[in-house]
Amino acid sequence: MKRLNWQNFTYRNPYLFALLLLVIAIVVNFVLQPNLFERSTLNNNMRVFLPLIFLSAGEAIVILAGGIDISIGAIVSVVNALLATQIGLKGDPGQAVLWMGIALIVGMVAGAINGFFVAYLRLQPIITTYATSFLYAGVALFILPNPGGGVPSEFTAFYRETTPLGMPLAFFLIFFILLAWYATRQTRYGRYLFAVGGKVDAAYETGVPVSAVQFSTYVISGLLAAFGGIAITLLTGSGNAGIGDALTLQAITAVVIGGTILSGGRGGIAGAIIGAIILGLIRNIISFANVESWWQTFVNAAIIVLALAMPGIISLIRRKRA
Amino acid sequence: MKKRIAISPPVAAVILAVVLFLLSGLLPNGFGSNPDVAIPQALTIIRIAVFLGIIAAGQTLVIVSGGEGIDLSIGAIVTLTAIITYSIVSGKNENVLPALLVVLIVGAAVGFLNGVGIAFLKISPLVMTLGMSGVVSGLILVITQGNVSGSVAPIMTQLIARPVFLGIPGAIVIWIIFGLLMWLLLERTTFGKNLFAIGTNRITSRLSGVNVTRMVLGTYALAGLLAGLGGFLVVGNTGVVHIRIGDPFLFPSIAAVAVGGTLLSGGKGSYWGTMAGALVLTLITSLLTTMQMPESVRRMVLGATLLIMISIYGRQRGFRQ
Repeated sequence: MKRLNWQNFTYRNPYLFALLLLVIAIVVNFVLQPNLFERSTLNNNMRVFLPLIFLSAGEAIVILAGGIDISIGAIVSVVNALLATQIGLKGDPGQAVLWMGIALIVGMVAGAINGFFVAYLRLQPIITTYATSFLYAGVALFILPNPGGGVPSEFTAFYRETTPLGMPLAFFLIFFILLAWYATRQTRYGRYLFAVGGKVDAAYETGVPVSAVQFSTYVISGLLAAFGGIAITLLTGSGNAGIGDALTLQAITAVVIGGTILSGGRGGIAGAIIGAIILGLIRNIISFANVESWWQTFVNAAIIVLALAMPGIISLIRRKRA
Repeated sequence: MKKRIAISPPVAAVILAVVLFLLSGLLPNGFGSNPDVAIPQALTIIRIAVFLGIIAAGQTLVIVSGGEGIDLSIGAIVTLTAIITYSIVSGKNENVLPALLVVLIVGAAVGFLNGVGIAFLKISPLVMTLGMSGVVSGLILVITQGNVSGSVAPIMTQLIARPVFLGIPGAIVIWIIFGLLMWLLLERTTFGKNLFAIGTNRITSRLSGVNVTRMVLGTYALAGLLAGLGGFLVVGNTGVVHIRIGDPFLFPSIAAVAVGGTLLSGGKGSYWGTMAGALVLTLITSLLTTMQMPESVRRMVLGATLLIMISIYGRQRGFRQ
């Protein structure tokens, strides 16, 4: 009886484990870095986490609806290459806003290409977005063959130093994403997302426009990847056509740590955002714990695997006891 | 009632490879129509494809086993085992067999850990193997601290990179024997039969007496072992090693499986298909390199080709059917 309750509880609160992990990560980080909650440190951290937060939120929606998008890193690279070459180190704000708008459209178009192949041609998502990731990475390299270019330092300063009401810019952006997400969940579209991810055949038979819903998730993911690309460009201030390569798999990890299951139908954006923050905090902890540099990759990966294994270990122990 | 001409994906992939090769004779800097040039060229391409082909064998097994099966740790295992081979062999022929044994065990152990996470802890294969890939990459950094010393033995280069029989390189002979063994494993053993069964439906397989947990553990361990074999062969071919040597094989191994007509959702596929897929991918890559395309164009063409190929036969059934 008790076990059933536990299962019910974790099923209803997929973020629970992620929240627990977040608290642990924050506490450990705070012990190692006592000024963690000071304004400047907080802002420092959040502006570094923000690109991955955008990507994870987009990836979460795709995964929730039963797909996967491994081209988001390449979309980030395209956006970065585009901004670094078109705005340039001497660009003016008007031009910059224009190109950021274009970057968002580019992200949506890239997402729409993914969505078209997956939803309407019914190709398998992982191999399709793998193929398109090559396509987009090629485009990024075409625009910017060698690392270089960038955006004016006033823009990076704006991204780095803007703290409305004394809080990091990222907090407001996260708040807007979550607000949009909770509003969406109340709509018919929001329920369609869960239906398509949960049982696609049943959704189709009950009249859910499955293809349109799947298509839309890739467009949203492309758009959020473009936002991530803008954020990372403003963070680094420079152009590099390979900048997004490592982000795709991190975003997927963040989504899973956040309690969204890869087969779809369960989870959400809040968990993914928490997951992205946890990944960032783990990296912080490792650098503050003076782990020897050769060990850092290993320790980082081991902690992540342990975090992924934890829910499984808990339920194994509970099953043994029952 | 329109009759559709059904060509099985492996056959289609091989036809595509041959057509591409012949067409390439027409291109500037292509492979030439002179048979004296073309045959060695073809052999070279097949020889390069061997390594992707063998590494993709484990990927084939894991994908056929279903349950969203996929192995993202293969690249890291190849790197690890290549480095281990390199440092154990140290240029001595008598160290080759012990090195091979060690890398097979190491590969299988990593794969087994993947299986444990997937079968017992219910972590989805993609994430489990992704995490494991990070752990193995970390381990490589810890072990090597950035520099690897050692070398391959003459006998390895002799057997893998040089012609052994009628001018055919040893690697190709190894691949043909390997392909036969894979066919036996998939089509003629209980393991193979059970593998397709759990790939199609795990619940019905369990109810009909297949030990699904043991199958999953075995499949991932075997995939790791084959990646280990891949690492051994790769370093035997190149003769040098670096800490990213396995990375370029990871996603192409999945692409080779998909191009070969194996369903990524599991339960259907063949190793012949994967072999054909590896050939096609290698051929396209080397064609683009020979034509001296810039890296950006190469990537775009590769991506577009992949998209076209999977659009032709990678489609899932529609909802109305």
